[in-house]
Amino acid sequence: MKIIKKIFTGEEKLKGSLSKPDSRGHFGIFGGRYVPETLMPALQELERAYKAARRDSTFKRELNGILKDYVGRPTPLYEARRLGEALGGIRVFLKREDLTHTGAHKINNTIGQIILARRMGKTRIIAETGAGQHGVATATAASLMGLKCEVYMGRKDTVRQAMNVFRMELTGARVIPVDSGTMTLKDAINEAIRDWVTNVANTHYIIGSVVGPHPYPVMVRDFQSVIGREARAQIKRVTGRLPDVIVACVGGGSNAMGIFYPFSRDEEVRLIGVEAAGEGIDTEHHSATLTVGNPGVLHGTMSYLLQDKWGQIKGAHSVAPGLDYPGVGPEHSAFKDSGRAEYVAVDDEAALKGFRLLSETEGIIPALESAHAIAYLESLASRLKRGSIVLVNLSGRGDKDVETVAEIFKGRTA
Amino acid sequence: MNRIDKMFSTLRRRNEAALIPFVTTGDPDLPSTEAICLEMAEKGADLIELGLPFSDPLADGPTIQAASQRALKNNITPLDLFEMVARIRRKTGIPLVLMGYFNPVYRYGLERFARDAAEAGLDGTIIPDLPLEEAGSWIKAAKTAGLANILLVAPNTPEARLERIAKATSGFLYYVSVTGITGARTTLPDNLAQGLQAAKRHCRKPVAVGFGISRPDQVEMLSQVADGIIVGSAIVRIIEENTVSDGSIPGRALEAKGKVGDFVKELKSATLRS
Repeated sequence: MKIIKKIFTGEEKLKGSLSKPDSRGHFGIFGGRYVPETLMPALQELERAYKAARRDSTFKRELNGILKDYVGRPTPLYEARRLGEALGGIRVFLKREDLTHTGAHKINNTIGQIILARRMGKTRIIAETGAGQHGVATATAASLMGLKCEVYMGRKDTVRQAMNVFRMELTGARVIPVDSGTMTLKDAINEAIRDWVTNVANTHYIIGSVVGPHPYPVMVRDFQSVIGREARAQIKRVTGRLPDVIVACVGGGSNAMGIFYPFSRDEEVRLIGVEAAGEGIDTEHHSATLTVGNPGVLHGTMSYLLQDKWGQIKGAHSVAPGLDYPGVGPEHSAFKDSGRAEYVAVDDEAALKGFRLLSETEGIIPALESAHAIAYLESLASRLKRGSIVLVNLSGRGDKDVETVAEIFKGRTA
Repeated sequence: MNRIDKMFSTLRRRNEAALIPFVTTGDPDLPSTEAICLEMAEKGADLIELGLPFSDPLADGPTIQAASQRALKNNITPLDLFEMVARIRRKTGIPLVLMGYFNPVYRYGLERFARDAAEAGLDGTIIPDLPLEEAGSWIKAAKTAGLANILLVAPNTPEARLERIAKATSGFLYYVSVTGITGARTTLPDNLAQGLQAAKRHCRKPVAVGFGISRPDQVEMLSQVADGIIVGSAIVRIIEENTVSDGSIPGRALEAKGKVGDFVKELKSATLRS
């Protein structure tokens, strides 16, 4: 009797810690709201508005309608048979977020937040972007709603991702290059927060990942969970059971959280997040925050970070610009510490191999970010039984990376 | 009575507001910061805010961001700041408050940071990205070490929240003049005096105002309402503009020292209430 009771409370506790953060947005020690006082009322307003919207059937109907007719949901679940054979006879299922409008999962979140912003009466939208995918998804959503949109982007990224700058401008957004700090995503977020502190009365800040102060990590997770909810129903329909393993790449962690979360209580399902090891985790050039970082506070939240011994934030690196971030979502940090998810890192070289492998076996060119998840399958497959079911979140398509990869391959043959 | 409380009560008797200049520690180098602090104390500063540089200062405008970057190029750490404070302490009793973002404090370890800061001779801290809800552990550690933890309120802080913050702050309450980031501004919000008065009604401790203040006429006007006036970017800019670029000489901001001193003297005279 005693033992039964103990197991019961243990399970309850686990479920409690997985289902939601506390009232102030803490997942254990992670999360929270570490922001200037000026933003506290705005975050409270946003939290209230979001809670109300979630209960409102009009909001849900509008969101689901746009996701269906404009974004193209539900996205297919595709069994990659030739890839599975190449990996020694496991069954690989790809959740095709690469087939959404704008070509990546980012749009799931921006559509949700833009409807919320309009409900809150905000007239101006700001966002940060690294690779440009979230910037494009935000500019697209803002154009759909007829709202003014400005996107902060590190100067270096505007050069590396010139095509996405043009896409944002085409859809009516203004791209503001950021020259401070490392001139990349981390600094673009700083600048977006500074803008929000200044223009908080009429402006909504659409954060692109499960990062930032509460309620962003929860809200972005919820908007991205459509991925996992669909995939869970689809894989059960096709295979009659849940997958053995789910694999997704992790930068800030929104596509991974989106597919993990609806499975988080299915304890028999292994969840594996794949970070970018860049040039190697023993070098200074990687983005393997959960693999080698330490807890700290950046951009309003407590989470694992890449930082030096004095708490200064380090620059991140990856061949995949969307993984190039020295922080990670606080709920991933909690998943790591509780053991609910495992986090591994795959380097640039392996990611390029993954990019090629999926292109050659299936005729699907993945985003370099998603190629990290594909790349990890090789070492994972060697430890799985034949016929094991692996679900991979194919978070984005590779059109944006084709030029980069061509340059790299060309450099080698020359 | 601690140095901050004592300073404010002396000034109250003299019918003056406190002049609180800010400098970034290690910009352009440590010996310069030390010399500038002593000069400011000499020329009438009542309390000095010492910025601990951080890689991602999201509440700061371009002037202080750039100063932070320069200081980080000199590899300034909390230990450097503490050692400098200990040296300044041997020469002056002026209250010294550290202004820095939370991550370096957290990484150092809260208890250890509070103890080392207090032992060096610091009197308090201002951590702009640590709002009341997250400040519990730090307030406890600071209190144990005998440090004040100065909390901030903004113009958009609701009244009930302002009351809670006013209750929890120690040393003084930092009233942020604008909804925005640090940096000199030509005009301050029209309703600033009203906002300040509201803050004063809810707070039994001194209220100091900062963000965007750069001129003697602004200091004079605000001194009628506030107990302290904080001037940051305007001073950092003088240091930036008057630094000899030859990096070979320690204490290379000698030119800047004189100019900052003159500026502080001018601002201080504007804090005397008529």
